[in-house]
Amino acid sequence: MARAVTTQHKTIATAVAWVVALLIFFPILYTIITSFKSETEAIAGFNLIPSFTTESYAEVQSQYNYFKPFMNSVILSLGSTILALLIAVPAAWSMAFSPTRRTKDILMWMLSTKMMPAVAVLFPMYLIFRNLGLLDSRIGLTVMLTMINLPIVVWMLYTYFREIPGEILEASRMDGASLWGEIWYVLTPMAVPGIASTMLLNIILAWNEAFWTIRLTATNAAPLTAFISSFSSPQGLFWAKLSAASTLAIAPILIMGWFSQKQLVRGLTFGAVK
Amino acid sequence: MKLKLLVLSLCSASALAFAAHAESITIATVNNGDMIRMQKLTDDFTAKNPGIELNWVTLEENVLRERVTTDIATKGGQYDVMTIGTYEVPIWAKQSWLLPLDNLGADYDAADIIPAIAGGLSVDGKLYAAPFYGESSFVMYRKDLMEKAGLTMPDAPTWEFIGEAARKMTDRANGINGVCLRGKAGWGENMAFLTAMSNSFGARWFDETWKPQFDQPEWKNTLDTYVKLMNDAGPAGASSNGFNENLALFQQGKCGMWIDAPVAASFVSNPKDSTVADKVGYALSPDNGLGKRGNWLWAWSLAIPAGTQKSEAAQKFVSWATSKAYLDLVASKEGWANVPPGTRTSLYNNPEYQAAAPFAKMTLDSINAADPTKPTVKPVPYVDVQFVAIPEFQGLGTTVGQLFSAALAGQMSVDDALKQAQDAATATMTEGGYIQ
Repeated sequence: MARAVTTQHKTIATAVAWVVALLIFFPILYTIITSFKSETEAIAGFNLIPSFTTESYAEVQSQYNYFKPFMNSVILSLGSTILALLIAVPAAWSMAFSPTRRTKDILMWMLSTKMMPAVAVLFPMYLIFRNLGLLDSRIGLTVMLTMINLPIVVWMLYTYFREIPGEILEASRMDGASLWGEIWYVLTPMAVPGIASTMLLNIILAWNEAFWTIRLTATNAAPLTAFISSFSSPQGLFWAKLSAASTLAIAPILIMGWFSQKQLVRGLTFGAVK
Repeated sequence: MKLKLLVLSLCSASALAFAAHAESITIATVNNGDMIRMQKLTDDFTAKNPGIELNWVTLEENVLRERVTTDIATKGGQYDVMTIGTYEVPIWAKQSWLLPLDNLGADYDAADIIPAIAGGLSVDGKLYAAPFYGESSFVMYRKDLMEKAGLTMPDAPTWEFIGEAARKMTDRANGINGVCLRGKAGWGENMAFLTAMSNSFGARWFDETWKPQFDQPEWKNTLDTYVKLMNDAGPAGASSNGFNENLALFQQGKCGMWIDAPVAASFVSNPKDSTVADKVGYALSPDNGLGKRGNWLWAWSLAIPAGTQKSEAAQKFVSWATSKAYLDLVASKEGWANVPPGTRTSLYNNPEYQAAAPFAKMTLDSINAADPTKPTVKPVPYVDVQFVAIPEFQGLGTTVGQLFSAALAGQMSVDDALKQAQDAATATMTEGGYIQ
């Protein structure tokens, strides 16, 4: 029998959830607040009430063209997500429905690549990119972001696919479905929430990736992460301008996350409760 | 109709030919006022050089340093012009990573570059980077607070005077600290200040045989003086303060004195941002009567990596950006006070500049007071004033900076910080093969 939840418990749980959510969101909120301060106000100390000046936004716009890095961010995050899904869906299908003795090891090995500090392979990767002529190219960076996020994408899809009864796929095979027909027409529609949330998460991760996107680009492929980093100044106040640039950079992904939050939460909790 | 088609074809062909001929160069730079101003004025360059397009990569100082180092070491070729400092130039030039600037044009007048700056950017008599702006360090002080303390700032103060003035000016009840100095850890942060200060105390990083010298009394005297002065008259949390934090404190009227780069003078004397704009005086960095002042020498400079395929276009750009004509261009568009300082002697002889920048003479005197070839009282095997121009210095300087910052924060004693600095320097120099 389910335990009764009292109103008091509900109120406490809601309050705790709000506090936690506010704590998590606070750095973003403070960045937005700081972007509406003057430079002197921004460095003066903690203050939640800005003077609501938009001079930093005007300065950011006058210094750099926002559109080019924005378009690069869109192309890189969407491109790497599509490429990652094209590779990860068949890989996760095979691991979920035709596991071998080594499947768990392969999954762990894939995950272990995420444990390596990126800077450890900076020079080899830089040399490979240089030799292949991929420095400052969108193609090179799309492949790089795909590779970086592929382990997480495979793991997430593998987890979702494991929740789908194998009998359904067997039935489709009995009905004469080909391998690709089985993946495309039977598995994919059933795993739409999982694939959608994986896709959204991958877009967010690719959008926010700053180590490689700053180091492997110059002008042609530089996304919004490079745009933000250009506002840090060694001699001169810059916090308000940096905050304005950050707000402009995170706004698109924040809006996308806001609109797709239902899908995202549904996908992330898919299979959590049986 | 045929004629129209022919004209159209010719136009298209010439447009294509021009596009094919147009060369684009990529310039890596830092975000500071002078560099941003240059980006806005590049129409002048492209009008004079229609075949050259400019692409800019602006980065945070440490990221820029890391990226250009990676690119130049691997001959990545991402950049055709790099903004680098006086630390990198001698090291990179010796590695043959930079092209000598021997084609800057007949009217460039390289002899007009301030000798101390040119010396820091040359190897074996060849210029490997052209200074975009140069700087030393000097004292900025509040004339009203100095007067209130019953003191008069000499043009060339001693550390003893600075200590006395700082303690007398301190009024913590009203939020006024006698002196604001760099405390944030880093080879280019607190160690730029402390190394320059130590020169005036007779200290040195290494003796003639590269043996570290942190166990000598001169270093103990330097660090003791610094920590005591900051404890008595410095702001709270000074171990986190760098240039920008001290700038904000000074602009808000919370510092009696601030010793830092002259580029700060244009900020603290600007009434738009500074509450004390009309009360600021300037003096040379302090000394201790040993013949060396506690000021540094630095120049953000434009250099051309050896891996570039567009050296001719790159030299044209470097020549334009560091020429006398560029200074005139900035003056005509933004006024003489906004001209990048510290590069050309002729600028300091210009009466219009002298009138617009009251700190001009002190800036030049400060730069001339620094001697990168003989930076210390006792002889040393290295060059440069606030750093040691060896590849190991970035890492070692930051390690020592962390220890000295911890001593300032009270997390360890001065003696412990010096002992650990000596151990770290000995380990680094042994590993590098400088000592056995």
